Amino acid sequence: MTTVKTKQSHQALEAVVVRFAGDSGDGMQLTGSQFSDTSAMFGNDVATFPNYPSEIRAPQGSLYGVSGFQVHIGSVEISTPGDNVDLLVAMNPAGLKTNLSAVKPGHGIIVDTDAFTHKNLQKAQYESNPLEDGSLDEYQVIEVSMTSLTKEALKDVEGLDNKSITRSKNMFALGMVYWMYHRSREHTIDFFKKKFKKKPELIEANTKVLNAGFYFAETLELIPNSYTVAPAKMPSGTYRIIMGNTATAWGFLAAAEKAGLELFLGSYPITPASDILHELAKHKHFGVKSLQAEDEIAGIGSAIGASFAGDLAITTTSGPGLALKGEALGLAMMLELPLVVVDVQRGGPSTGLPTKTEQSDLLQAMYGRNGESPVIVIAASTPANCFNFAYEASKLTLEHMTPVILLTDGYIANGSAPWKIRSVAEMPDIKPRIIREAKNSWHPYERDEDTLARDWAVPGTYGLEHRVGGLEKDKLSGQVSYVPENHEHMTQVRAEKIERVQNYIPELETVFDDEGDLLVIGWGGTYGTLYAAVKELKQSGVSGVGLAHFNYINPLPKNTEAVLSRFKKIVVCELNNGQFVSILRMKFNGKTFHQFNKVQGLPFGNSELIKKFKELLA
Amino acid sequence: METAERKYTFKDFSSDQEVRWCPGCDDYVILRAMQKALPELGVKKEDVVFISGIGCSSRFPYYMDTYGMHSIHGRAPAIASGVKLANPDLSVWVITGDGDAMAIGGNHFIHLLRRNLDINIVLFNNEIYGLTKGQFSPTSTVGQKTKSSPYGNIQPPFQPGELAIGAQARFFARVGGNTPKEMTEVFIQAAKFKGTSLIEVLQNCPIFNNGAFAKYTDKAVRADKQLFVEHGKPMIFGKERDKGLVLNGLKLEVVTLGENGVSEEDLLVHDAELEDPTLHQMLVRSEYPLVTGIIRGFPDVTFEERAAHKKEQVKKDSNFTKTDDLFFSGETYEVH
Repeated sequence: MTTVKTKQSHQALEAVVVRFAGDSGDGMQLTGSQFSDTSAMFGNDVATFPNYPSEIRAPQGSLYGVSGFQVHIGSVEISTPGDNVDLLVAMNPAGLKTNLSAVKPGHGIIVDTDAFTHKNLQKAQYESNPLEDGSLDEYQVIEVSMTSLTKEALKDVEGLDNKSITRSKNMFALGMVYWMYHRSREHTIDFFKKKFKKKPELIEANTKVLNAGFYFAETLELIPNSYTVAPAKMPSGTYRIIMGNTATAWGFLAAAEKAGLELFLGSYPITPASDILHELAKHKHFGVKSLQAEDEIAGIGSAIGASFAGDLAITTTSGPGLALKGEALGLAMMLELPLVVVDVQRGGPSTGLPTKTEQSDLLQAMYGRNGESPVIVIAASTPANCFNFAYEASKLTLEHMTPVILLTDGYIANGSAPWKIRSVAEMPDIKPRIIREAKNSWHPYERDEDTLARDWAVPGTYGLEHRVGGLEKDKLSGQVSYVPENHEHMTQVRAEKIERVQNYIPELETVFDDEGDLLVIGWGGTYGTLYAAVKELKQSGVSGVGLAHFNYINPLPKNTEAVLSRFKKIVVCELNNGQFVSILRMKFNGKTFHQFNKVQGLPFGNSELIKKFKELLA
Repeated sequence: METAERKYTFKDFSSDQEVRWCPGCDDYVILRAMQKALPELGVKKEDVVFISGIGCSSRFPYYMDTYGMHSIHGRAPAIASGVKLANPDLSVWVITGDGDAMAIGGNHFIHLLRRNLDINIVLFNNEIYGLTKGQFSPTSTVGQKTKSSPYGNIQPPFQPGELAIGAQARFFARVGGNTPKEMTEVFIQAAKFKGTSLIEVLQNCPIFNNGAFAKYTDKAVRADKQLFVEHGKPMIFGKERDKGLVLNGLKLEVVTLGENGVSEEDLLVHDAELEDPTLHQMLVRSEYPLVTGIIRGFPDVTFEERAAHKKEQVKKDSNFTKTDDLFFSGETYEVH
């Protein structure tokens, strides 16, 4: 980070990472998102990532009950929620203990000293009080008795119970952080007004505490510096902060509207995909039909039925759910009906690490079905472009009449970032292959010459009554056929149909250098971390390094081999044991692929990537 | 559902596919009964959809000249639910068997009944696995010797009606596989019923479980062993129409008219529309007589009606008509 001193107590920064950490009940998610929203509205680029326990209400003060929210803001382009933290707000000892290692030495930590009681220290497994034993000497610790100050600020507000009073201490912390980074309190006060419309005493209380924190920071000599982070240069337009899962849901809404179809979602709740179901369940006004089914199989089953009957049908899940959907997905492929399956990947195998991120469902998406059963596989790579790829998945499935698996992951699904809002009018056309009228001598399995897609004749259409099924079909009539040559022909056609999608997807682009010594390859949700690492490497003066990030996995972009050939070394970076690299090795036999893999349930860190790249360049 | 202006006969519903069930199978009876029932419904052919799972019964859609899907094992109720929700104007039928509905697809089966979508389920119960060539099924009797139970089955069977009504089925009918006229009538009534209708057909498998229902369905004994119930009519059966059912405490009892001063007025009068399923469950479980006909037909709100009502409510309270309204709503900001 470059810092420019303007005056003694005031610094302008390019970027800052703030992490809020406390008990599950301390409101850290809300505090963090207020800080990121306010910063985005000020004009910063932002990226956020929540980190919360899988326990719904973990015991208070426990290490595993810590809930965190990290915000990265910048006057420059921000592509990740950030590795190391410039400012940690720790509401209790457990929050301090579990997050301390992320704080850059010499940087700030704000603690609520009231929470550092003997009992809480014990719960956080501290043998001595870190505020007293010198273990925090290398940090700038700002000790504030936040709980008492909050109580003091609220002593004149009537109608508040004790719980409401202590619960608003997160706003004291936010007030302090707002002062430190010269942020306006306006957005948050407006937020209180909306959220507590029916409880005016809570509007007053939260506003008072927020202001108290702000003024406290202003008058406190303990805070050595305040900072500004200037607005970032971003393309002009109307923006909003969006979470990956919301963006995914909205992409489908847009696609259904553009295609002139109703949207059907059949789904079964599973972490971290449920938020897509939650979001789409809200939008009945757009005619969205969301069915919370009895299980994963019924989720996809109902979607296949809805697709047969003419809806844009989708099902959403995570790894274990995709395994359960495998047979039905094979049916959809065999029927050659449109269907989008979203897999928000999480740590596997089995139940694995439900709240952590991973990219280990790729081979399941590619091959996890019986028989020769290819489908289109694409992956979103940022919270905001989940919108684009949900839209693209819908377009591909409707125009090519074959299921599409859209891979996202817990990291981009729960992360949020600015989204330049795209009006449906500016999205590309979607032309479903639906036929509304009988044609002469029509056959259910006749195909478009270019795409090999069949027609979509939906029940209710006069004269097009026909039967489909999971048994092999005659190449034209769709009637059951056991003819050996027909089966081989149909197998080849279904494969070629997917291959021809290459003609309808964009070419692979490289970022930074187009040729040279090292090509960094990634796919899906790791884009931000890979981009940041290559950018830093480039800024340090290294040349001949490019990044090729894949959103289209099956089929691969047409020019993939050409891109690979322009670099001396290739490294494929994945949050799994090497799944995409195995596909590349199979397709581009003879090329040498280095790999960098991490399977910790965590995103890549900047420094580990740069270290690897430097090794390969040496 | 729009009414058809065209007049159909059973031939209009027969596809060009050769029917490939074993000779003597009751499936032929069911197919013809269905092809005869549909023209009576006044539904357009293009609005009819048959969804099946896997098993002998599930070949059925291929033989109907309507829209159809032969899907995967056990999942037909889930797929049919999607079809119906996508287009509530369609007449949707699930064709299934005892294994398909109550073993591999048990979960979807009970949840469809619970939700009460307006879908008709025809359950071909032959108490055996036919297509996989002769293993016991979830309705096989204890002691039944099959390929997978060479020393006799030890798994107690489901009674489909009991399971269905336990899962809140609003409509349950049972019909013998060799009584096509009654079957056609039951299909018509099931189709007219708003909500999920389940029709259990006692379907004889002449190859792997021949005669499973003979003691109830053979022409010689049928009248004496079966009570075909009709809504609003007293529960009388027997060749001589001299037997009837009364309620004795918490049990059904067979009485003979004219004996011990019993007259027709003393008999139970069938009320299919009762919300309380207690009596319906007793009728389902009765072994003598075996009760056939529409045992339960309790009118209730359907899932589609609830969904449509919710949608209207939400629409009325919403400012959003286009997705742009949503995208540009709330906390947005301008970058210049």
